[in-house]
This record gives sequence, structure tokens and C-alpha cells, in this order.
Amino acid sequence: MTGTPRDLVAARPGPEFTVRVDGRPVPALPGQTLAAVLWAAGITAWRTSRVTGEPRGAFCGIGACFDCLITVNGVRDQRACLVRPEPGDEVRTRD
Amino acid sequence: MTDVNDVNDLNDGVRDRYDLAVIGAGPAGFAAAVTAADAGLAVVILDAGRAAGGQFYRQPAAALRAARPDRLHHGWRAYTAWTGRLAAHVAAGTINHLTDHHVWTVERLDADAADGRGLAGAGSATAETAASPGTLFAVHAVIGAGGATGRAVQASAVLLATGAYERQLPFPGWTLPGVVTAGGAQAQLKDSLVVPGRRVVVAGTGPLLLSVAASLALAGAKVPAVVEAADPLRYARHAKALALNPGKLIEGAGYAATLVRHGIPVRPRHVVVAAHGERRVEAVSIARTDRAGRPVPGRERMITCDALAVGYGLDAQLEIALELGCGTRREPDGGWVLTVDAQQRTGVPGVWAAGETTGVGGAQLALIEGELAAHSIAATLPAGGFAVRAAGASRPGRAMSQTAQPSAGDGGETGSADRVGPVAAAGRSVGSAARPGRKVAKLVRRRARLRAFADVLQQVHTLPERWSDNLRADTAVCRCEEVPYAAVRDAVTDLGATDSRSVKLLTRAGMGWCQGRMCGTAVQCLVGELTGGEAKAAPAARPLACPVPLGVLAEGAFAPAAPASGTSPAPAAAAPPHAERPADPPD
Ligand SMILES: Cc1cc2nc3c(=O)[nH]c(=O)nc-3n(C[C@H](O)[C@H](O)[C@H](O)COP(=O)(O)OP(=O)(O)OC[C@H]3O[C@@H](n4cnc5c(N)ncnc54)[C@H](O)[C@@H]3O)c2cc1C
Ligand code: FES
Repeated sequence: MTGTPRDLVAARPGPEFTVRVDGRPVPALPGQTLAAVLWAAGITAWRTSRVTGEPRGAFCGIGACFDCLITVNGVRDQRACLVRPEPGDEVRTRD
Repeated sequence: MTDVNDVNDLNDGVRDRYDLAVIGAGPAGFAAAVTAADAGLAVVILDAGRAAGGQFYRQPAAALRAARPDRLHHGWRAYTAWTGRLAAHVAAGTINHLTDHHVWTVERLDADAADGRGLAGAGSATAETAASPGTLFAVHAVIGAGGATGRAVQASAVLLATGAYERQLPFPGWTLPGVVTAGGAQAQLKDSLVVPGRRVVVAGTGPLLLSVAASLALAGAKVPAVVEAADPLRYARHAKALALNPGKLIEGAGYAATLVRHGIPVRPRHVVVAAHGERRVEAVSIARTDRAGRPVPGRERMITCDALAVGYGLDAQLEIALELGCGTRREPDGGWVLTVDAQQRTGVPGVWAAGETTGVGGAQLALIEGELAAHSIAATLPAGGFAVRAAGASRPGRAMSQTAQPSAGDGGETGSADRVGPVAAAGRSVGSAARPGRKVAKLVRRRARLRAFADVLQQVHTLPERWSDNLRADTAVCRCEEVPYAAVRDAVTDLGATDSRSVKLLTRAGMGWCQGRMCGTAVQCLVGELTGGEAKAAPAARPLACPVPLGVLAEGAFAPAAPASGTSPAPAAAAPPHAERPADPPD
């Protein structure tokens, strides 16, 4: 009984679209958060910590920890766990 | 100054003044808003989310068109019944629900605020602290996460229903990508239909772990183990409170059955002592603990995984409340929550609180507390109040009181026959005394039962006592500022710090973006351990509850609608301004 989250809730999302992450196309579903889009693509790290240069990604998933900061369409320091990308969005990691 | 019928500059039908401002649209907030609107109050809800629901009833984004969102939720029927009533009020204009509004402060505007009345005895709520007709507040919010637009609304009464966030403890490897909070994994799953990995270990302590593990498994992730620090035998000491809450036991049993069906082992009295990996987590080490909560040497083992969902209970979200001067108390699990009286009143006149802010106890308890708070508010505000009633607007609450109503929670008691909406509305016109009524008495009883249950959970699921034995000198305690354990230790042992405030000033732990939400518990516990003092000191007020662009801050005093007029070029949340201010106001 290993389905997917989509199967579980019988989701029929609108058409998939693409966001560009550091130039690379990544599929997204309408309504998903950017963190979810990245997780679904197997990407868990998209920031480098300032002091030790460690990779970081989403931690709290609800907008409280600010570990998931990312640049969307040139606007820096967006929380990936809250932002919902739209078709054509340009996402840059480690700014 | 402001005519109550004024529509403010944002031109979206939002009034400048309400009877009640509800902050947070989780179960506590929406139950309170609906109940208060049923009773005839003009209500505004300000919530950071896109839709009513809060943490528990988080639903998939609409565009994902989920036909069966209920499969990720316990108590879905209660939720849809409540939100149906909410929608009716919103359509009728009797509730304004401001989504994506992040409240950063609540300001007292009435004359009493100046002489500090209510602040002195804030710790103990008394009958005296009911909203005098004169209380007036300005609720300040920014629109959008890090948005550059601000808004303020006025209300005679405020309900704080801001919920909680998850409590975390540092351990080696906890900053590796793929290590996420248990609630966060749950939130992204419910919201965006993703799981953080294919093999997800769930660890920490508390009832949330079972529900998270069950959802992850249902959603197709492999959960190699649930690692629970607590000793389940401790439940045996609380048989009575457990027996009085069959609904909660059934909920727990439901999760447990899912775990059994998916062959997921639960490892009680075990903790994750380290996460391993290069660019993301690849495995975790878990260890059996002894009676003192100390990992037993030689009893460690590794579990391979590509994600770890971890959490050690919940901490109430108290920023706004602390700034208002509301009193706090300590819970059995060590967390701090707001002190409220039987009517959910805080010690500050005109300010009520409900849900996790007043004690961590789950969604059903939050619903009941929200309802009770609303009854108290409706009975307290002066007849007619300042409610703005569009002439002839029908009250959906009354219209609907004949139809099926959910009871708070979903425990099977219907409570539909004895709604007090219309009764309370009538009561308002004759006086202001609280009018308990059968419904309220019943809610009070259910609240007592559920609180007793929550108390048991907290006594069982305390923080593992010797969790800090796992820390290495270079383990980051503060994730934002990357402050290692050694720096915190040295601040206490070499530099003489005796509380988390001085540790913060010396090390920057807790000064970063998250304002100590992730490391606050750990730093407080460490200071307690290293100094041999109190393990967790009362929380200090933080100046702002969320990041606010400088332009919005510059607006300063109350303005009915405040499109950001500042000159700060700061794009969305370039930096939380509180990073540039002393993080704690002087004591
Ligand atoms: C991440 C997370 C996941 C959880 N998942 C589960 C679960 O799966 N099962 C379970 O039984 N329990 C879960 N819980 C416990 C949950 O908190 C309670 O069951 C229940 O939701 C509490 O209801 P509430 O109304 O008190 O608060 P919440 O439901 O937390 O609602 C609070 C609301 O206030 C809003 N808010 C907070 N601060 C502000 C502000 N400054 N400005 C504007 N809005 C604000 C929040 O966005 C939120 O919508 C979870 C908790 C967390 C933190
Ligand atoms: S993951 Fe914590 S703020 Fe986004």
C-alpha cells in the first residue's frame, strides 16, 4: 500500500508547470510551496550557511525558522516553505 | 476620529473598527470568531495563513484539487462544519477574514493603557479584568510574508489564538538538509502533498509523532522507526484521565493501527543521538536511554534514511501576548503558556486567549476554548457595543442555528440543540453578565476533561533529561547564528552568564532570523544545567512577532490603513528589523 500523497487525497491538480532553479527546469504543481516543489524534485539543500558554509534547506516547514531562504525573481530572502511559485518563476539558490 | 463605517484605503470592505479582533485562524480562532459573530459581534480575523485551519486543519492548496483531504485529517467533519459557518459569516459581512496578514504587534489605545492598569496583576486574571467598555486596541499586521504593505484595525476586544510552534533540541547533525521538524513535514504534506524523503525516521517525543508517522506512511513514505524518548509505562499512572477521554484514545489507537499495518516499529525510551551524512542526512544513530534519560553506552544503532522528522513537543507562540503584558505559567512539560481564568480571560483587560497559547492540548480543546472565550466576550462587551451592523444584514448564525451544527471537536456529542448564539445575542441587549447556559456548562466540562488528558500527555512526554550529553563542542545550538555548544558553555562557565539573555548577548544565540524560536528551549535548558539553576526561565518579551519591513514600522502610531510609505528599499523581508534592535526590551 505504497501510494503517493496525491493518490492518498485523490488530487487532480491543475497542469504541471516549470520553474527554473539556477537555470534548470523543475516541475511544479499549482498551489505547492516552493519547498515542496524542491523536495519533490529531490532537492533538500538550497542555501549555504554564512559562518560554516554548510548546506541548508527547509527545517520548520511553517515559516518560523528562516532556514529555507531563497531568491525568487530577484527578490532575496524569501521563505521557500511559504512562497508559492508561478509558471516561469526564476529561482536562485545560494545568493 | 474614524467613522466606524469607513472603508479604509485598501478598499476591500475592511472596517476600521470591530468589536473583536481574533488573531489566528486555527481551531481556537475560527471557533471563537464564528461563535462571537453568531452572538452579534462584528469580528475580524487576522491570520498568517491562506485559509482557516491553523496547524492541525491545514488543507491542501485549492489548486491541487484534492477530492479526499479528509484522509490526512482526524475530525474533518467538525472542521468542514465550522468553516461552513465561517464562510456564511464572511459572505454576510459579519466576519472579515484577513488572510495572509501577519500581526506584528497589538497596541492598547484606550486611556487605561497609559496608567498600566491591568498590567500589574497580569499574572492572575480576575473578574475585574473583563473588557471594560473602554478597552480599545490597534492590531498591526503586514500583508504577505515579508510584504511591504501594512494594515491596522481597531477592536474593543482581542482574542489571542496564535497557536504554537514545535520545540526542538539540538544534536550532532541536526542542521543537515533532510532533517526537518515533525510538524513541518506534516504541514508540507497536508498543504502541498509532498514528503521530505523516501525513508523518513520520525523522532522526538509527544503524540504528534504518531500522527506524523501515520500520515507519512499513508502518503507512501517508508518509516523505518518512530523513536520516542518517553516511557509509555508512565501512562499507567494516569488511568483515570485516560479513561475519561475515550475519543482521544480512539484517535491514538487509529494512528497506532496505521503504524502496525505499515509495519512501523515504535522505539520507546530511545533518542536520536546523531544524524549522519554529507550534503544531506543519510542515517541516524539512535540509542536506548536509562532511567535518567541518558543514552546507554553500547546500545546505539544506525538506521539508514534520507529524512528525519523530529520534534520535542510544542511551545506556545506568545510574542504578542507578552508584549501586551499577559501573565504566563509553566506547564508540566516545562513550556510556558498564558494564564487565563475560567472564561479564557488573560490578566490584561480586553484580551482573551484560547487554544495552544493557553496550554498545549490539541485541536478539540482549542475549539472548545475558542467557543468559551467568545461567549465570555459577547457577554462582556456593552450592549450594542461598537458593533457595526450593516442595516438589514442577516445574521447567518441565527439562520443556521436550526441546521446541523458541529459541536466543538468531534467527540460525538452533538450540542446542536442548545446553541447559545441567539440566546447570547439577546443576552447582550439586556446586560453584560456572563450567562453560562447549558451549552457553556457542557463546554466547561469537556474542557476540564481534555485538559486533564493534555496534562497526562505532558507529564509523560517531557524532554529527555540528559539530552545535552549528546552535544559535541561544535554542535550548533543556534542554527541561525551558528553558535556552537562550546560557545554557550563558555559563556556560562568562563564569562559568567547566568541567564539566556546574557548568553544571547555574549554568543548571539537566539539573535538571528528566528529570534530564538528554534534554540530558545535548548539555550534555557543549557543555562539551567550549567549554572545548576532553574531549567527554563520565563520567556522574555520580544519586540515584534514577525519580520516587519522598515517602511511599515516607520508608520509607528495607529493609522487605519497603512500602505507602507517608508523609504526603505527593502524588498520583501530583506532583514527582520528586530535584528537591528535590541532583541529584548530592557527589563
Ligand atoms: C507545525 C505543526 C504541526 C502540527 N500538526 C498537528 C497534527 O498533525 N495533528 C495534531 O493533532 N496536532 C498538530 N499540531 C498541534 C496543533 O497546534 C493543535 O492541534 C491545534 O492546531 C491548535 O490550535 P490553535 O487554534 O491553538 O492554533 P493553530 O492551529 O496553531 O493556529 C494558530 C494560527 O495563528 C496564526 N498565527 C500565529 N501567529 C500569528 C501572527 N503573528 N499573525 C497572524 N497569524 C498568526 C497561525 O498562522 C495559525 O494559523 C501541530 C502543530 C504545529 C506547530
Ligand atoms: S522552513 Fe522554516 S521558515 Fe521555511
